[in-house]
Amino acid sequence: MEAKQYIGEGWKHAILIIGAIVVMLPFYMMVSMSLKSQQEIQSISGGLIGAQETQTFPVCVKTGYSEETCTMKPYQYNYWFAFEKAPIPRYLMNGVIVTLSIFIIQVLVALPCAYALAKLRFYGREFVFSMVLFCLLIPVHGIALPLYVMLAQAGLVDTYSALILPWTISVFGIFLMRQFFMTVPDELIDAARMDGMGEYAIVWKVMLPTAIPALLAFAIFSVVAHWNDYFWPRMVITGNRDLFTPPLGIREFRGGIDSDEFGPMMASIVTVTVPLIVAFIIAQKRFIEGITLTGMK
Amino acid sequence: MGTISLKNISKSFGSTQVLNNLNVDINDGEFLTLVGPSGCGKSTLLRIIAGLEQQTSGDVLIDNKNVNRVRASERDLAMVFQSYALYPHLTVRRNLETPLRLRDYNAFERLPLIGNFSLSKKEKTESINRLVNKTSETLKISELLDRKPGQLSGGQRQRVALGRAMVREPVAFLMDEPLSNLDAALRVHMRSELSELHNSLKTTFVYVTHDQAEALTMSSRMAVMIDGNLLQLDTPQEVYDNPSSLSVAQFVGSPKINIFKGTADSSGKVSFLNVNLKRKSSESNTDLHIGIRPEHLEITNESNENTFSGTVAYRENLGSDIFFHVNIEDGSNKIIVRGLPQFTHQISNGSNVNIKRVSDKALLFNQAGMRVQFTNA
Repeated sequence: MEAKQYIGEGWKHAILIIGAIVVMLPFYMMVSMSLKSQQEIQSISGGLIGAQETQTFPVCVKTGYSEETCTMKPYQYNYWFAFEKAPIPRYLMNGVIVTLSIFIIQVLVALPCAYALAKLRFYGREFVFSMVLFCLLIPVHGIALPLYVMLAQAGLVDTYSALILPWTISVFGIFLMRQFFMTVPDELIDAARMDGMGEYAIVWKVMLPTAIPALLAFAIFSVVAHWNDYFWPRMVITGNRDLFTPPLGIREFRGGIDSDEFGPMMASIVTVTVPLIVAFIIAQKRFIEGITLTGMK
Repeated sequence: MGTISLKNISKSFGSTQVLNNLNVDINDGEFLTLVGPSGCGKSTLLRIIAGLEQQTSGDVLIDNKNVNRVRASERDLAMVFQSYALYPHLTVRRNLETPLRLRDYNAFERLPLIGNFSLSKKEKTESINRLVNKTSETLKISELLDRKPGQLSGGQRQRVALGRAMVREPVAFLMDEPLSNLDAALRVHMRSELSELHNSLKTTFVYVTHDQAEALTMSSRMAVMIDGNLLQLDTPQEVYDNPSSLSVAQFVGSPKINIFKGTADSSGKVSFLNVNLKRKSSESNTDLHIGIRPEHLEITNESNENTFSGTVAYRENLGSDIFFHVNIEDGSNKIIVRGLPQFTHQISNGSNVNIKRVSDKALLFNQAGMRVQFTNA
């Protein structure tokens, strides 16, 4: 390679590195603050992990613990106190229940719909598909109030159903899977029919396995959106703390006597974010591998 | 048993008529080829037999039972597709098992995990394994059973696709251009293998192809279809020697049959160029097309009233034969003449040659393209 090319590559990398730093910086702040003491956070000192001096934490004592229990290193305190103050495992479990239920029901609905729209010939198919496209244009916040009223009328406010039901039909999922199914050759479906499969069996046993990459992409969109969603849970979960999802749980650390104790708050945010990152790293490998349709030709 | 009857089958997509009132009777154990240029409706006909497509009118009978309302999966037919259509996410073994699992296991036994509690499942699994092993040995794919279709070559995928059709021991096999994705050498090899397979299975084969060579080499009878019409249904030899119309004659045979413009006079005497035929046409006083296959023309040194001359435009050497593309003198058309290498190797492009025809081989067609017989007199 010539020197000129090195410079060209260098520019590209420089720009990418700056972009990466901009994206990573909030995460760096989050992790760093979850490890440091309150004084270090407020004076913006101590670098990544702070001095980690053993000390007694006044907010902890005020909450009613003995001074002995409240004496420890800052990183220990931040994470211990986050879990003491709010039932974080419960919130995480709620998050898992809600996001997984939403995703599973979305798949159960979207796959047969997408298959019908992509591969079956029936009267009005194009109209139905144009309706799907139309629904893609409706912003969630526009229909939030009517949805809330309907759920309230049905007596479902403050239940898991209120968190899950409005999201079970994903037009985006239908659209994405339909586009993918269009690329599956008709002969494969005909072969399955000749082998004796019914239409539902074709959806689950032939289309689903070939659509794993598209499904994973959809899973990432769906899970991230609903795990991080603050708006909707905030509306329909009005009082019952047992139903709080992780973003609602983080809110617990705001307000009250210890309104600005950032250490435990950041510790709880790290705890809430880590499962998503781990899930993404696991999914990423399958995502890239995928199942190609090379077996077809 | 595996007889298939098609009665007055018509099919149209919207206003386009694809199949035009077809009647075909396929005998048990027969290798019937549906052959025709692309777009002639032969694949549609096959899909109607399979039940993947519904005919606009007419009846399909399998073993004398009307199956118009029977779904594809219940017709007990197996199909091999052009693109093989193997399940890409399953191993070869599972690909072969799939049709059997769907046929033999009941709904409960097909459930994951709890399906294994069924008492009869073990027995069925053993019989499935036996059939899969038997089929894979017949097709010599035993060592491929644990691979996925993506890891196989074209020929191997072809065998697996055949295997998936065979395991179920269906009443008939439907094949939709199964060899057209293979390279030329493998295609010729697979032709003979398919014929052997047909001989040993003795099951009905319905085979769709646009390649007239495949139809001629493999089938016990061939049905020539053009533009949604069935033009001729007969043994390959009969279709080749006795085509019912000009389009059949032109479609079957490679290189193509030579067509000369000629006339029949009032007594039925046929002449073209400067040549007169000995036999007389049954239609007199008309213009005719005279068809002579390349192997029924010879290059000769003689020059008399039975020969005509032309210039060689192109020489196509196939080793065993040399085909000469010759511009004949009146400039009307280019014809193809077969020559044996030992007699004609010295003839090159641009040389002048005399051409003689082998007697009793000419075919007559009228202006409408229909066959005209010679009178016996």
